[in-house]
Amino acid sequence: MNRLERKHPRAVRWMHWINFPVLTIMIWSGLLIYWANDVYEINVGGRTLFHFFPDWFYQALNLEHGLAEGMAYHFTFAWVFGINGFLYVLYTLLSGEWRYLLPNRHTPREAWEVVLHDLKLRKTPLPKAKFNGAQRLAYTGVILMGALSLLTGLAIYKPTQLAWLTFLLGGYAWARVEHFALTIGYVLFFVIHISQVIRAGWNNFRAMVTGYELVAEEAKVNA
Amino acid sequence: MPEPKKLPPLTGAAAEQQMRRLSRRSFVTGAVSAAAGLGAWRWLTTANLEGDLPWPLRRMLRFNEELGESLFSSRLAPTFPNSSVQGPARVNGPIGLDAEVDAAAWQLRIQHAGRAERALGLKAVQGLPRIEQVTEFKCVEGWSEVMHFAGFRFLDFLTKFGLGTRSGQAPDPVGNPQDLYRYVYLATPDEEYYVGLDMASALHPQTLLCDTMNWEPLTRQHGAPLRLCLTVKYGYKSLKRVGLIRFQDERPGDYWAERGYDWYAGH
Repeated sequence: MNRLERKHPRAVRWMHWINFPVLTIMIWSGLLIYWANDVYEINVGGRTLFHFFPDWFYQALNLEHGLAEGMAYHFTFAWVFGINGFLYVLYTLLSGEWRYLLPNRHTPREAWEVVLHDLKLRKTPLPKAKFNGAQRLAYTGVILMGALSLLTGLAIYKPTQLAWLTFLLGGYAWARVEHFALTIGYVLFFVIHISQVIRAGWNNFRAMVTGYELVAEEAKVNA
Repeated sequence: MPEPKKLPPLTGAAAEQQMRRLSRRSFVTGAVSAAAGLGAWRWLTTANLEGDLPWPLRRMLRFNEELGESLFSSRLAPTFPNSSVQGPARVNGPIGLDAEVDAAAWQLRIQHAGRAERALGLKAVQGLPRIEQVTEFKCVEGWSEVMHFAGFRFLDFLTKFGLGTRSGQAPDPVGNPQDLYRYVYLATPDEEYYVGLDMASALHPQTLLCDTMNWEPLTRQHGAPLRLCLTVKYGYKSLKRVGLIRFQDERPGDYWAERGYDWYAGH
């Protein structure tokens, strides 16, 4: 027997789905800006392993010669990104949702168990909870990343007027590196997030749209 | 879309049925919202251009600028020790610098809306008190360099020659702000490259007319014989080879702002 259970509050669902295209626009326009001075690369022992980004990447995504356009979109949609993120944090704090989202003292062990479980190194089923330890870390971490993106972004947007912030982040050049690294972080988050959503299946995905999930009754689980 | 707040704990077939109902409603809402979002995106990306940008984006840049101006005014940019300057200054942006320049014959033309033009030679400008500062030059492309600039405070320049005011007196931004024109337009002698500045940024104590960079006399590529140095704006506002300065009340044109960049460019 399945039971219908409430999972994601409506506000969280709206803010989650609004954030998806907005963050996409932020990353796209950020790449338009980055192209104008694309100096980052991964060096190991003096050899360049990877240059951010190869020419084919810019060409495939049509990212060349768009600095002005990129800045205009970036400094417009940064407002939507920031306000949406702020409202989300406010909502989770006021509604009590933070209880399911913030890491607690069980989180590190639980997160490790999730990793072992997902890599098929551990057979024991995961404890039933709205969010497991790995999710708590991921969903809290990505919010911190969002806040850091805003701060590092402001530090390179107003490095003179907010000179104290730029200084705290290691100066203009470092703040730009940090802002870029966070973007790479979102892309990694996205890859893991999507593969986990696919693994978890339709019932779980549907809950992010409808707010409700069909849950197997306890008796059934134990049977 | 109303959401049933207190559903009885539905189980079995009733739960499945309710789930189908909820799904239909939510997915339709989602599809309609996504379509509305796409429509809004199409509208934004195809809106009429204003300064080579869809007008809503141009409006947002103006909004950001006004907010920035009201939040921060005349803050001093950080300065650095001389030892922070490394290597020769990077060269960027050749527009308006093609012709050779003869410093001896060079004239700085100065115009005020509705007044006869004046011209000043390099010697006259160089009679002003000399200022040196080491600040971080930031290019909108995303790179920066700590650089040494030496020259003359733009404010001292206006004060000594009685420029930028309707009365022809020295500017008094605190006691008599109405006497000041609102904007400054600066251009290369051939007016191939030009920038517009708000008066507050022009009067900023770190805004210089420079004849020296990194302890070397300006080269042609860096804007000899006299260039502008702004510490509160991106580099594209720091005009090289100043040939014309005009004080006016209308917001002046700006080379890069006409090509999709922010007019204010404060940072």
